[in-house]
Amino acid sequence: MSATVLIADDEPNIVISLEFMMKREGHRVLVARDGAEALEAIRRERPALVLLDATMPVHSGFEVCEAVRADPAIRDIRILMLTAKGRETDMARGLGAGADAYVTKPFSTRELLEKVREMLA
Amino acid sequence: MSAPLVLGVSFGYLLLLFAIAALADRRAAEGRSVIDNPLVYALSLGVYCSAWTYFGSVGEAAAEGIWFLPIYLGPMLAMLLAGVVILRMIRIARTYRITSIADFIASRYGKSPLLAALVTLITVVGIVPYIALQLKAVATGYQIMTAAPADSGALVWWRDSTLYVAMALAAFTILFGTRHLDSAERHEGMVAAIAFESVVKLGAFLAVGVFVTWGLFDGPADIWARAAVLPELRALARLGSGTGEGGFGHAQWFALVVLAMLSVLLLPRQFQMMVVECVDERHLKRAAWVFPAYLFLINVFVLPIAIGGRLIFGMETVDPETYVLTLPLADGARALALFVYVGGLSAATGMLIVETIAVSTMVCNDLVMPALFRGRGFGAYSGRDLTGLLLNIRRAAILGILLLGYLYFRMAGDAYALVSIGLISFAAVAQFGPALLIGIYWKGGTRLGALGGLIGGFSLWAYTLMLPSVARSGWISADFVAHGPWGIEMLAPERLFDLAGLDNLTHALFWSLLANVGLYVGLSLWRAPGARETSQALLFVDIMKRGDAGEAPVFWRGRARIADLEALAVRVLGDERGRLLFAGGQAGQSTGHGAGPLADAQLVDRVERQLAGAVGSASARVMVASVVEEEALDLDDVIAILGEASELRAANEKLKSLDQMKDDFISSVTHELRTPLTSIRALSELMLDTPDMDEAQRAEFLRIVVGESERLSRLVNQVLDMAKIESGQAEWHNSDVDLGALIVSATGGMSALFAERGTAIALDLPPAVPPVRADADRLTQVLLNLLSNAAKFVPEGRGRIEVSLKIAGDSLEVRVRDNGPGVPSADRAHVFDRFRQGGDALTRPPGTGLGLPISRRIVNHLGGEMWLESEPGEGACFGFRLPLPPAPEGEKK
Amino acid sequence: MPHTRFSLGLWAAAALLFNFPLILIWDRDVTVAGLPLLPVAMFVIWALLIVLLAFVAEARPARRPPPSG
Repeated sequence: MSATVLIADDEPNIVISLEFMMKREGHRVLVARDGAEALEAIRRERPALVLLDATMPVHSGFEVCEAVRADPAIRDIRILMLTAKGRETDMARGLGAGADAYVTKPFSTRELLEKVREMLA
Repeated sequence: MSAPLVLGVSFGYLLLLFAIAALADRRAAEGRSVIDNPLVYALSLGVYCSAWTYFGSVGEAAAEGIWFLPIYLGPMLAMLLAGVVILRMIRIARTYRITSIADFIASRYGKSPLLAALVTLITVVGIVPYIALQLKAVATGYQIMTAAPADSGALVWWRDSTLYVAMALAAFTILFGTRHLDSAERHEGMVAAIAFESVVKLGAFLAVGVFVTWGLFDGPADIWARAAVLPELRALARLGSGTGEGGFGHAQWFALVVLAMLSVLLLPRQFQMMVVECVDERHLKRAAWVFPAYLFLINVFVLPIAIGGRLIFGMETVDPETYVLTLPLADGARALALFVYVGGLSAATGMLIVETIAVSTMVCNDLVMPALFRGRGFGAYSGRDLTGLLLNIRRAAILGILLLGYLYFRMAGDAYALVSIGLISFAAVAQFGPALLIGIYWKGGTRLGALGGLIGGFSLWAYTLMLPSVARSGWISADFVAHGPWGIEMLAPERLFDLAGLDNLTHALFWSLLANVGLYVGLSLWRAPGARETSQALLFVDIMKRGDAGEAPVFWRGRARIADLEALAVRVLGDERGRLLFAGGQAGQSTGHGAGPLADAQLVDRVERQLAGAVGSASARVMVASVVEEEALDLDDVIAILGEASELRAANEKLKSLDQMKDDFISSVTHELRTPLTSIRALSELMLDTPDMDEAQRAEFLRIVVGESERLSRLVNQVLDMAKIESGQAEWHNSDVDLGALIVSATGGMSALFAERGTAIALDLPPAVPPVRADADRLTQVLLNLLSNAAKFVPEGRGRIEVSLKIAGDSLEVRVRDNGPGVPSADRAHVFDRFRQGGDALTRPPGTGLGLPISRRIVNHLGGEMWLESEPGEGACFGFRLPLPPAPEGEKK
Repeated sequence: MPHTRFSLGLWAAAALLFNFPLILIWDRDVTVAGLPLLPVAMFVIWALLIVLLAFVAEARPARRPPPSG
């Protein structure tokens, strides 16, 4: 089954790997380079899933996540948060902001794929 | 009105007060303090308005007109300085657990017991007439209400109601103020009751004011319209009260304002309410204007009542000080009169309660306790619980002070109006002004200066003000006042050194304060202070520089066994509170040898401060000294301890900020390491899991993996480099370096890269420059960092980089200028911060965010500096400067 | 501290206004709304000082600008 997945990350090489994975799964892939772009893409395209980097320019992933959850039109969009900071407090903050799942970098591609499949099921 | 009714109402009112106090105490025990409120605090300051205000102001206004006012303008001036002076007093008192004005002054000058005793003595002598004044007011009020014949001396003492009033108040105050020993000498219940009393007296006074102004007359304008036709009443609204007084009336006005300003800070009851009972120093902000507003309100009707009274009673012999009672009574408004009587009662009792509690604390801590120690030695009391003893001494002191007041009232009370008695007391406490107010700002004030100033000022006060008042009561010959002792006119108490023309108050205040300030400053400058005086001066004057006592240096050295200190604390503070002090467990201990654990200086200081709250700082000092072995400190030790303390504080602050920096650094490094690792791991796993990946894709992935690996190793190297430089572990191989040659070789090394990107490079070097002392490799690293940084930002194909070198004074300056986009102003402050890279991740060239910070540290290490010059849109220019070694002697021009 | 400076300034002004020679300005046979000038002037100055003091004391301390960056 094919879904639209938005990848929001400012590190081009990470985007390349995520894009490759999602395409191989057969999803349609959109890419956003910063928080503002991500929010705009979410509003426009209503993706089934967002892979959201926590530390991005303009708006951080946490802010994007909170904004999505606060907007009734898009609040049901599933969000998987990615971050390079693995501390407990960040994890708590991410879940507090309303992310559905949370993966720390560097991530295992297999685990990530499993989570994505689960979330799109 | 019948005596039983008036008596019943009086005692009923006292019972109500007691109920309020008990309730407030209960609430405090439950942790829901009623006095932790700025409004209650401000109202409690209203204790300033005693019976003197309530009855005396009207009397004064009826006789002297506008001259009643300065006594209330002074407090306004004092409260304008609340945030400056009073805040400082509160902070000092709270930090060092100071519970009285005697304690405050003694503590400032090295915890001197002599000074504490002197201040207490002055207070008692000065305040007894004031206490008599309140008793007189209550007695007079009672007589008027019951229409008893005026008190004549013939009345036998056991039938004198004033005595019973004094006794009842003593009992009441003892119940209020000495129920338990508090180490901060706070009395929640009392404060609540006093705040309530302030409301009652204000309400009653406003009620009678409205009654007179609009009930008996037709508004204030009506009163004035009728008064204006009578010359003697018309004069009441003028300063001169006639003409021809010249400049000296002005001096009196000024003296009254100054006197009131000092008194509102220095009267024992004001100090008690404003400083000791202050729950939270933030309350002061609101009280600073609410209290003057309270004074304003209670004074608004003084003139209308006074003039109205004189219009109504005319030439009748009604004492103007009783107008507030006699005016309603004359009109048959008996209920109002009773209310006003209760208001007067509240004004008098409020003052009596607070004043006696404050003075009894001083008498107990600063006169009786030290005398007991000296008489039998502190050792004689060893093994006994002192809390009971302390409370009993205070109870006796309260009774004693009220009885003294009663005696004074019986002997001299009739000779004087309320206002003159009050002013005598004001002038006495004003003597504390120099030692206290100058002492909290000037470190140079000494114990000797304070003693000299107080003794000099007090003696002159006694001679020029107290003695004539006694003479007027007929105890000693009036000749003495009129013609001086032994007929020496120059020494006449009210015209000292022939200074005539001033009223007696201004005259006394001038001479006493002149002697006081003169001796204080003069003696302070004459002899240097001792070590303890110096250390206390430092603690007091610098109080606003420290957050709390924990950060203040502790001026104590010696050996103290914890067990001894604990035993002492338990005896003075009681079992529970005493042990609580040591409940911190091992904190405060230092290693002991056989004799049990020893206390460190901080613990000794903490114990002493807690004891000071209960027995005063001077007595606490004696007690602690009796159970520990102390080293006497000299001035050098004080300075040394002070130095250690500030070094320690500086070191602590540095450690804290280093810790913060380290945390930030680690979190940034972790982030920077995770990013390339993420790409490497993800891409490698994908290649492993996708055997059928096409070659081009695989090649691209591999290229990224290699690139990210390089980024990772560069990062690791630079982090290590940085850490080495910062920790000072880096090795520096300094030699004489020709900076020009270094620039040529660095740019040469990068020429291939420049050519590849089409970037032109221009060098502007002088033919020869003197060598600098530097590590050539590290300096090359700096140049390469700047060059590659510039190369990253120049436009592809038409980039241009200029490197210039020139001699600027005694240093060499290098500039690397590019024609890139420049540095946005928002980022300019951060270009040398670690992990701050220009641009966003997508467009910025590869880099670790450590190149510039490392370069700057290298340059700094070599004694130079690095900076950025940049206008947006004009390209960036990074420059650095290295100092030239001083030229050898022979080669100077 | 601007607060301290303001307090000191206000204090100096009050000390002048409440003393000779400035109070002589009001010391004349004039009535304001039927009331003698001198007491009215003293009470008005007093009230103004209280209002000023209240204004200073109750004003929230100005927020410091956030550190840049």
